[in-house]
Amino acid sequence: MEELRAKAKELLAAGTVKVVVGYGEGSDKYRARAVFVRKAEQADKLICDARCQQNLAVYLTRSEVKAMGKPAVVARPPAMRTLLQLAAERQLAPGDVVVLGISADGKLLDLPDFKAIESYVATVPMDWESNPELARLEAMSSEERWAYWKEQFSHCIKCYACRSSCPLCYCSRCTVECNQPQWIFAAPHTLGNLEWHVMRAMHLAGRCIDCGSCSDACPVGIPLNLLTQMLAREVKSDFDQVAGLSADSEYALSSFKPDDKEDFIR
Amino acid sequence: MSEFEPKITAFVCNWCTYAGADLTGTSRIKYATNVRAIRLPCTGRIDFMLVLKAFAQGADGVIISGCHPGDCHYTAGNYHARRRWVLFRSLLGFVGVDTRRIKFAWVSAAEGAKWADLVNETVAEIRQLGPFKQYQELLALRHQPIEVA
Repeated sequence: MEELRAKAKELLAAGTVKVVVGYGEGSDKYRARAVFVRKAEQADKLICDARCQQNLAVYLTRSEVKAMGKPAVVARPPAMRTLLQLAAERQLAPGDVVVLGISADGKLLDLPDFKAIESYVATVPMDWESNPELARLEAMSSEERWAYWKEQFSHCIKCYACRSSCPLCYCSRCTVECNQPQWIFAAPHTLGNLEWHVMRAMHLAGRCIDCGSCSDACPVGIPLNLLTQMLAREVKSDFDQVAGLSADSEYALSSFKPDDKEDFIR
Repeated sequence: MSEFEPKITAFVCNWCTYAGADLTGTSRIKYATNVRAIRLPCTGRIDFMLVLKAFAQGADGVIISGCHPGDCHYTAGNYHARRRWVLFRSLLGFVGVDTRRIKFAWVSAAEGAKWADLVNETVAEIRQLGPFKQYQELLALRHQPIEVA
């Protein structure tokens, strides 16, 4: 933690960055929240412990943060994958952001460029590779899964916290707010909720880097990351692509191979 | 009670399947009248939201059809569409939708008979499956007043 503060202080004092996006004390001792440190003397606000799990890369594409000037970001492995994916989607250029990497066991990492991030994240397993909940759902019958998701989606209050917390939902206009034609009903009823979550998952297919922010942010506890995890696994098995591991990867749905396999088109 | 007549929405590409369906007609091949064909420029244009919308409007089944791989009028639209359908179909399956209700096919402008077979077989299968109750239940929920405790 001291190391992190010292590094942040140094970056701000030298003017290398204008803002450090990091974790600070939350409203009580059990919580941490995002802080935006803009002066070297405020760098002691930064903390880094087990409470600090939010994916802070979500703020980098926000116009308010962009307006502050060049940022440094405290990045755990999911946030590192986010940075690579944002770079692959041309939302970040090399040198746009200074990365204060925190390893899975809480050590400060020196990650000077995307190459260094790539070689570090390659060593961190992703949750979708071995999520027992995913296996449990897939073992169910189709009717049981429908009942499960119908129940889950009936709780959704359409607060769009999943969208706000997602570092890859950065479109300035979203289909869900489109009302001519209205693709998705605004009221939180089960059908519109289903459509919204299916759409969200499809728009993240081949892009989701599996940070789990969506399900962490959901106030009614819908395990939304299961949808994107399931798609991440499909993208890997069908197209042999994984999002978030490289700064110049192709988007699975805007690329193709003439011999892509499927078994349902007659 | 009269027999259940499935409502099928078909999203077809302008260059192959729509022309193929025209050929079915000009060849005087008869096929089930349950299908409503919607013509789009290319299978690549068929947003998955259109399929959800069709179901929300009461379709019991959906047919998606376009040019064979390699034959796309726009070179690669159907290749992109194919990837999208692979993912969309498995996602729908994962949330528990019966994927037998969505049929995918490549029907060229010369395959009038294949179009007729595709429609007939789809209608027969959906007739067996019955109305799309899963979705229609949700539709009904939408029209219920919200109870305030």
